[in-house]
Amino acid sequence: MIRFEYASDQSLMVYLGDEINLETHRRVLKLLRMLETAPIHGIRNLHPAYHSLLIVFDPAELEHSYVQHTISMCAEELDSIALPPPRVVEIPVHYDGPDLEELAALHQLTTSRVIELHSSAEYVVYFVGFVPGFAYLGGLPEELATPRLEAPRKRVPRGSVAIGGSHTGVYPFETPGGWRIIGRTTLEIFDPESAELSRLRIGDRVRFLPVGQPVSPAVS
Amino acid sequence: MFTTVQDLGRYGYGPLGVSPSGAADPISLRIGNLLVGNAESEPALEMTLLGGKFVFPEGGLIAITGSDFGASIPMWTATVIPPGGRLETGPTRSGARCYLCVHGGIAVKPLLGSASTHILTGLGGFEGRPIKRGDVLPVGPAHEVKPLILAPDALEKLQPRKILRVTVAPQTAWFSHASLHRFYGSTWRVTEESNRMGLRLDGPELETPQRGQMISEGVSLGAIQIPAGGRPIILFVEQQTTGGYPKIANIISADLASVGQLRPRDEIRFEHVSPESARALIREQEELLRSGVLFS
Repeated sequence: MIRFEYASDQSLMVYLGDEINLETHRRVLKLLRMLETAPIHGIRNLHPAYHSLLIVFDPAELEHSYVQHTISMCAEELDSIALPPPRVVEIPVHYDGPDLEELAALHQLTTSRVIELHSSAEYVVYFVGFVPGFAYLGGLPEELATPRLEAPRKRVPRGSVAIGGSHTGVYPFETPGGWRIIGRTTLEIFDPESAELSRLRIGDRVRFLPVGQPVSPAVS
Repeated sequence: MFTTVQDLGRYGYGPLGVSPSGAADPISLRIGNLLVGNAESEPALEMTLLGGKFVFPEGGLIAITGSDFGASIPMWTATVIPPGGRLETGPTRSGARCYLCVHGGIAVKPLLGSASTHILTGLGGFEGRPIKRGDVLPVGPAHEVKPLILAPDALEKLQPRKILRVTVAPQTAWFSHASLHRFYGSTWRVTEESNRMGLRLDGPELETPQRGQMISEGVSLGAIQIPAGGRPIILFVEQQTTGGYPKIANIISADLASVGQLRPRDEIRFEHVSPESARALIREQEELLRSGVLFS
């Protein structure tokens, strides 16, 4: 399925599904790859997300009807595109976050069990958004789904590994944030000096590796 | 002082979560650059609310554009500064921002193709931060200069507006008639909690739609989100690239530079326009900026 919505006078929203699921994600990824491989003159930015792709273009050069027509034609080719096998990225984590104990208690689990559950799953990078390198990961074990904090923190430290709702992720920069911090990684997620820029990209698979002895969670 | 190096932004890195950043009032930056004989997209300094004092050890050809900061040189005019000369600007007397354009451009190392500063992440610009007292900014090499002079009525059609024109957005249909009526019928005040990421507005509470949780999706520049508190946020140049709050409308491209001149306590209203009108307005504006007709 494909559906278009006018998003602004310089952008068009393309919906490739109605829900968050792997099949829709693959369609988003395929369309993104098509547009990256064969760029259309006048398109200035692409913003993939769970079930959509926002196409930003130069309004002096292109019109919505043209963009929509071109994307519709691309969409017809999606099934014929094979995606390469996904990259698996391993993120070492010190599971000593300030919210770990409370999160465990909320679910009546031990912190060890929380760590075990979190690090046993293989996650999908549905997309990267919010800030550079912030990967929205799918596949969090249901037992760990926890509502965001009532009051977001003004500063979440760089490298924080956190859970928000039914998602988990790593904060690549110090920013405000409302997710519950269960650990930290020293891995540089977004490095503008590096060739690949972001360690985590749409379509990657992620595993978290517990590092070091279990320690008391840091007091926040 | 909140002064940063900006150009017209970094495009093409959306899938990595990189928002364009760039000048909040790109029209003023572009004209300033053209006045001093630069390409319109050369890096310049964006000053916000408070001005600054600058020394030019080697002199330079400069221009100040945007709002009136009581600068020691005439606005909108290419001016030669002798070696050792100074430029002083005070706090703004009108809108939020002004631009200091220097012939040769501010020579910081580009990041992903742009010199723009993204404050939240410390990317780009001069060391990823606002400049401070004592900083020394390199200027690019001089080249053949063709400084321009602004035509007498050039700025008439480019004055910043307080009635911002908007089009529909992807979740407009989620809002009740009463909410839309209130959105267009109210005067909104820009709050202190406004910056390059977004402008928070104060005014009547708008009912958030009863559609359940929205799935996060890409967000267009100038989108107007209605979060849980019911008061609009205009997303701006350093916005998050994706978001999960419903969007009631989107500022038209032709009025984005006006958003860059809004300051806390400013009162604004929204006016609905059709997609066709929005397109005509941006094309007209671009024609004005690109055709050379602004200059005599």
